[in-house]
Amino acid sequence: MKLLGEKGVERLLSVVAFSAISALGLIAVFIFIEGLPFLFKYGIKDFLLSSDWRPDAGKFGIYPMIAASFWVMLGAMLIGAPLGIAGAIFLAEFVPKTVMNIIKPAIELLAAIPSVIYGFIGVVVLAPVIRDLFGGPGLSLLAGAIILGIMIMPTVISISIDSLLAVPVSFREGSLALGATKWQTVHMLTTKAAKSGIVASIILGMGRAIGETMAVIMVTGNSVMIPHSPLESVRTLTANIALEMSYAIGMHREALFATGVVLFIVIIILNSIASVAIRKKVIVK
Amino acid sequence: MQQEKNIKIDIRHVNIFARDVKILKDLNFEVNSNQILGIIGPAGSGKTTFLRSLNRMNELETGWRIDGQILLDGKDIYDSELDVNSLRKRVGIVFALPVALPMSIYENIVYGLRLSGVSDKKRLDEIVEKSLSAAFLWDEVKDRLSLSGLRLSGGQQQRLCLARVLAMEPDVILLDEPCSGLDPISTTWIEDALTELKKKYTIILVTNNTMQAARVADMTAFFLMGELIEIGLTKQIFTAPVKKETSDYITGRFG
Repeated sequence: MKLLGEKGVERLLSVVAFSAISALGLIAVFIFIEGLPFLFKYGIKDFLLSSDWRPDAGKFGIYPMIAASFWVMLGAMLIGAPLGIAGAIFLAEFVPKTVMNIIKPAIELLAAIPSVIYGFIGVVVLAPVIRDLFGGPGLSLLAGAIILGIMIMPTVISISIDSLLAVPVSFREGSLALGATKWQTVHMLTTKAAKSGIVASIILGMGRAIGETMAVIMVTGNSVMIPHSPLESVRTLTANIALEMSYAIGMHREALFATGVVLFIVIIILNSIASVAIRKKVIVK
Repeated sequence: MQQEKNIKIDIRHVNIFARDVKILKDLNFEVNSNQILGIIGPAGSGKTTFLRSLNRMNELETGWRIDGQILLDGKDIYDSELDVNSLRKRVGIVFALPVALPMSIYENIVYGLRLSGVSDKKRLDEIVEKSLSAAFLWDEVKDRLSLSGLRLSGGQQQRLCLARVLAMEPDVILLDEPCSGLDPISTTWIEDALTELKKKYTIILVTNNTMQAARVADMTAFFLMGELIEIGLTKQIFTAPVKKETSDYITGRFG
């Protein structure tokens, strides 16, 4: 450190910090260089809206995968968001601080479990249950939605708790002093004040659900089909890239990169919305 | 001054503990209706703790315990049958730090009413105007009721808090050093409002500003180290205190 001096350390750190950002930039540039030309060659409309995906016949319509990704994400939201928000409210408002300080890190640990493990549990436990209860192949859109719903819960819970706890105690006291019950305070005041953080947690969860690959490949069955029921086998955008990239050449390979471009744009949009929402934690009208 | 013997709150042998430390010691006194009781005393003498025990706000903290009785209109407020939320609607409190809730001025005022299920727009409008007027705030905010309460100045927020309590039409209003963070003009506004309000309500005012008690209180109580040293008519406390500690405090010899 002495060798480098104050200025030197500063410069070194800024290089390190910059390299992280440039990695993001390089990934973006790489995907766009590989994917964009295809989009214009093939036609954006045909690519996004056609449901004919036959790489060997030169047909590259990703609409079935877009629909699958959308429905799996929506299903995951319907399962994960209400449970996650309810859990966050319970932990932030209704249990003693000491209990929360044990449970919250435990929930955050869920995010550290490799997604292949989630996929494994989905295949071994969940898919047979779905098959027995509702029929169909079991490996399905529904299985994907449930597994992803569980996988996004740590994100939703953790960020929602942080934003609930960021609501000043004085607001709660003011509300209770006016004769509000604990639940009325949560419902009329705290969740409203923490709204932007809760919304952000849901959007980040959506990003996670759209981007998840391994668990989804394992539990959704991977048929290229526009889903008509939650029990059907579907293939998401991410699964499509992962499954076909290893042997794709030429146009096929370019089409997969173009799929990456689509995903990249969707996720950048979701994350930007979320970070704007997180920045204004307490809503001041 | 005309003295009406109409006991609103009766405090009997009250001891309050926080984590087994006795904070208030054997309090015994009465608060009459339609009067302002000023409570003075140095910091740490238990004034705020006492005030918060009157609408059970103390219960929000852990390790807190009371024995003895506090009777409001003859009924023990610590009775297990009694609903604490309706008690807090009857006994409103204004805190030392003005805290508007993060919503519009209008919604701040009707917050408590909405809790009680009042939803008639006309009635709410009436109450908003009445409460804000009583807190001397109406003229300043009447054209911007949809503005966030958090945008108001400290003095305005404190009057908003008072108006919020008034909207509930409580029996008793507790004020915990309501002017400690306010400028002299805002303080005057609050004091004028209180003098007007005692016609309808019973008011207990905790203050670090001895002169404030002298200005607005009918009765004054002096707390020291968790004990009630002396209580009496404000005039008597400030001109002819019985106890030496009281006169020492008032004349600024300690505290």
